[in-house]
Amino acid sequence: MENFDVIVVGGGPAGLAAAISAARAGMKTVVIERGDYPGTKNVMGGVLYSRATEAVIPEFWKEAPLERPVIEQRYGFLSGDEIFAAAYRDPAWAGPPYNAHTVLRVKFDKWLGQQAEKAGVMIITETVVEDLLYKGDNVVGVRTGRAEGDLGAKVVILAEGVNAFIAKKAGLAPQLRPDTVAVAVKEIIQLPQEKLEDRFCLEPGQGATIELFGDSTDGMLGTAFIYTNKDSLSVGVGALLEPLIRKKWTPNDLLESLKAKPYVKRLIQGGETKEYLAHLIPEGGYNAMPKLHRQGVMVVGDTAMLVNGLHREGSNLAMTSGKIAGEVAAQAIQAGDVSDQAMSVYETRLRDSFVVKDLHKYRKVTGFFEDNPHFFQVYPEIMMNAARMFFTADETPKKERQKQIMKMVFEHRSKGALIGDLFGAWRALK
Amino acid sequence: MHFLVCLKQVPDTSEVRIDPATNTLMREGVPSIINPYDAHALEEAIRLKEKVGGKVTIISMGPPQAKEALKKAMSFGADRAILLSDRAFAGSDSLATAYVLTVAIQKVHESDPVDLVFTGKEAIDGDTAQTGPGIAQRLGFPQLTYAIKVRDLNDGWVTVERKTEAGREVAKAMLPALITVEKELNELRYASLPNMMKAAKYEPEYWEAKSLPYDTTQLGLKGSPTSVVRIFPPPARSGGDKIDGMKDPQGAAAMVVEKMFQQNIIMTHPLAKGGKH
Amino acid sequence: MSVVVDKAKCIGCGACVVECPVEALDLVDGLATVDPNKCTNCGSCVTVCPANALSLPEGAGSSATKNSDAEKGEAKEFNKSEPLPDSVKDYAKTSKKKEPVVAGGDVWSGVWVIIEYKHGEVAPVSWELLGEGRKLADAIGCDLCGVIVGQDLDPVISEAFAYGAEKVYVVDDPVLKYFRTEPYAEAITDLIRKYQPEIVLMGATAMGRDVFPAVATRMQTGLTADCTVLSIDPETKLLLQTRPAFGGNIMATIQCKKRRPQMATVRPRVMAMPERVEGRQGEIIREELGISEDEVRTKVVEFIKGDAKSIFLDKAEIIVAVGLGIGSKKNIEIAQELADVLGGTIAGTRGAVEAGWLSHDQQVGQTGVTVRPKVYIALGISGAIQHLVGMETSDFIIAVNNDPDAGIFRVANYGIVGDLFQVVPAMTQEFKKRLQHGVAK
Repeated sequence: MENFDVIVVGGGPAGLAAAISAARAGMKTVVIERGDYPGTKNVMGGVLYSRATEAVIPEFWKEAPLERPVIEQRYGFLSGDEIFAAAYRDPAWAGPPYNAHTVLRVKFDKWLGQQAEKAGVMIITETVVEDLLYKGDNVVGVRTGRAEGDLGAKVVILAEGVNAFIAKKAGLAPQLRPDTVAVAVKEIIQLPQEKLEDRFCLEPGQGATIELFGDSTDGMLGTAFIYTNKDSLSVGVGALLEPLIRKKWTPNDLLESLKAKPYVKRLIQGGETKEYLAHLIPEGGYNAMPKLHRQGVMVVGDTAMLVNGLHREGSNLAMTSGKIAGEVAAQAIQAGDVSDQAMSVYETRLRDSFVVKDLHKYRKVTGFFEDNPHFFQVYPEIMMNAARMFFTADETPKKERQKQIMKMVFEHRSKGALIGDLFGAWRALK
Repeated sequence: MHFLVCLKQVPDTSEVRIDPATNTLMREGVPSIINPYDAHALEEAIRLKEKVGGKVTIISMGPPQAKEALKKAMSFGADRAILLSDRAFAGSDSLATAYVLTVAIQKVHESDPVDLVFTGKEAIDGDTAQTGPGIAQRLGFPQLTYAIKVRDLNDGWVTVERKTEAGREVAKAMLPALITVEKELNELRYASLPNMMKAAKYEPEYWEAKSLPYDTTQLGLKGSPTSVVRIFPPPARSGGDKIDGMKDPQGAAAMVVEKMFQQNIIMTHPLAKGGKH
Repeated sequence: MSVVVDKAKCIGCGACVVECPVEALDLVDGLATVDPNKCTNCGSCVTVCPANALSLPEGAGSSATKNSDAEKGEAKEFNKSEPLPDSVKDYAKTSKKKEPVVAGGDVWSGVWVIIEYKHGEVAPVSWELLGEGRKLADAIGCDLCGVIVGQDLDPVISEAFAYGAEKVYVVDDPVLKYFRTEPYAEAITDLIRKYQPEIVLMGATAMGRDVFPAVATRMQTGLTADCTVLSIDPETKLLLQTRPAFGGNIMATIQCKKRRPQMATVRPRVMAMPERVEGRQGEIIREELGISEDEVRTKVVEFIKGDAKSIFLDKAEIIVAVGLGIGSKKNIEIAQELADVLGGTIAGTRGAVEAGWLSHDQQVGQTGVTVRPKVYIALGISGAIQHLVGMETSDFIIAVNNDPDAGIFRVANYGIVGDLFQVVPAMTQEFKKRLQHGVAK
């Protein structure tokens, strides 16, 4: 049995970030990945945030296979054929230090894997970890599904992603419940570069993202998104599993219905679907966060439920948590103490970072919107009616029109309920 | 016994398309894999090694990235891997490719005589099935193509079952020999973890053109008698005639059969031959 | 036994497909489908399924890993390998390339077709090539010759003349009784060296694709495999050889400009069968075989006549394929009858294979075999994309399906919307009638 300092289970951004920081600290590190290479099984919407990535690979944008830097973020509410949208654009985001890039994970993760190998990490692919190895109560390595498949380690970092078999076995991850997990599907739709840039008003080397709420998910808690890659669009939709099952929607139905919306249809027109991807996203947030460590083990990324659904942030939380875990592992090993107490430094540092702070801030959001489904059903409609009435020029005096709008609003929702909603939303988001 | 396997890294052809505007292959983002037939060739070599002892050497010609295919191949239990990589080899057709590989095999053979060479029956990107027999011919080894089973390896002879149109042929060849293989030959194994670790650490030997006694006029484009003068997408397929066979199945059937004869899709004589009358 | 999919619960999200470590799962018609041959019952998919639609079969372990052990058997000692012949050893130094010959030169002349004669039968592609060779020879202005290598060849010689050969070269020797690369390559190479044809063609059969690379290597000339179109460039008089590549995704036209002969193997049933004219005569040239049995290092031990179903599905020229629409294993009989009349091979979709009606090596599609026959007859096949990618490069596609919106009709040259249980027997009858008629003629 070969022995390592650190074994990382899973070759996604969290695992690779952990492995890189451990290896840089001089640890003998191996990543065990199920896919053919890091990235084969990895799916996300497709936005990569620069700060967290740069902390792992300085100036990564010079080499990494990125699609486009995001200069515009658009948010829209869909209701029937109508849309109410707002956007923020800053062309300065098209240059260093950037804010975010669109990426195709298959390419990006493969590249990140190569960076890990450069840092001295060994990557074993197409291998499934079946369990942790124990000596008494202490974790001393992992057992893989291959013949003679045991490996020894001082610290094991679990970066398995959302389906955290090993973490669950070790009591470090909760069972996924339909109300804390979203299922997201997306298609990569190929479009000539020029057409794409025209449709989104972009210069070459600029990208845009669109998030859509409301009717895009049939009023369920969830979002749809359209991201611009170099010569393709990532078009997807995600919703909590529980209402999906209840409403008998398949994720693919949702995607097809999204693609048929007039607003979306025109953006993807003439494109050829290259890929269909599906993924589960842990939406439990702060309240679902498991115990993040035990003697000799830390959990990072999706496995630790580190996803900020509202801001569609995940990969940055994953990489930051991985980086911290890798550093903590190295310090603990060097100090000769991998006890639960030593591992708890990871949780302390994570709580001091934006990762847990953000999750804590939004801890009530999912529950709030779930308990108040009208936010995704009634409000888009109100907004649409209001906007239509406001913008329609039909010789109604403006003052009169404003009155009509208020009347319409109150017909949909009483004054009291409105105030209650406002207060509730403020409490959830503050 | 010394088994030698020729292996090619190929794009997964199911994902290769042609760009209709430029008539070039769109290979970006297409994953590279070990040619599936070669994987079975390697598997057989390793099984025989485990049975009779000896070692397995892998040789591949390709770009530097083909190293990945060789490292993966090592994890199945091969002992040595050699990558022939040089710009001078680029553009080789099957005649030149067989030449490049043969000279390298001869070099291996000088210090460590080869008993049995395995290749896949063909590569899925080129589908020529010419490199294996070309190597056999140049080495002066007898060849057995389309092997679906190695029956016996004994007394200086190898006996295999070969797949042909009319059935299975059992044939044997005197060693040293070359065998090209079908997928039915064996089931691929799942490598053990120690072999995976060994492969991850292994660096294939890297041989350039100058490290071997090549006649450079036989390499690459220069050494390739065939040249591609044009590539184009196959004629796009669009749905043809739809015939209503609900009301008159007899009539619809007769009409389609009639059309097939009219267009020489079905020709009377040869087709009748295979039928049972 | 493999993982069980509850189709009523499956929401088609694809989470299990992504999860499966052995790629045993796929989405077919929007529902998860298991390939029982790949599934290892590892249970990964069961755990990830958000809709609890997957379950392990009873009695299956949760982590049964497949480790294929090498076959057990008695190992015996081998003779030490013989050293390479000197001529071969010094290959790199001694094999001097011949002076390249120029197109249109007077030394290399004539179009040759190697006639494949095996187990007492001529491969029909040989006659097709005499038909095609005639056109090429006329375009260049040279002779069309047949080459017959084997044993007891006299009946074949007259047939070769009947199909249009002007000259026939014959090597008739007991050593050539069974096809083996060495003596066949020897016989053909010796003829080429002596008579110097400009173009040499053979069928892209198991035999053609075995012996031609050997001959081309000996001649140090170019060879193009599996051509589907041949023509002569009107200016240079060079042979233009067109073939599919990259799994049929592209077509490539290839030339052999400077070396001779120009060699190609040609896919069977692509070229038209020429008219057979009884009683045509021509010149017969007989040559001795330059190799004796002792020198041949391969021996044929026995021949096991195959049942056609699984032999070379990827090389089959006519395929009759069935999908779930055929209804039951027993109903495949009606497809089999059609296949028998046409000399075709039975194949099927993943659904038909998973239903246990066909074996895995008969599966056409993404996870099965990719085929490109001359004729593909799809019976009761809806046309899922995973199936289409495995057969859409077929030359001619006929589909029979009762659903007018079935995807298969998008790729079919002729689609019959109807009940296959009525249409197929009618087609079989119709073919039978015409083919018998054709033979009688």
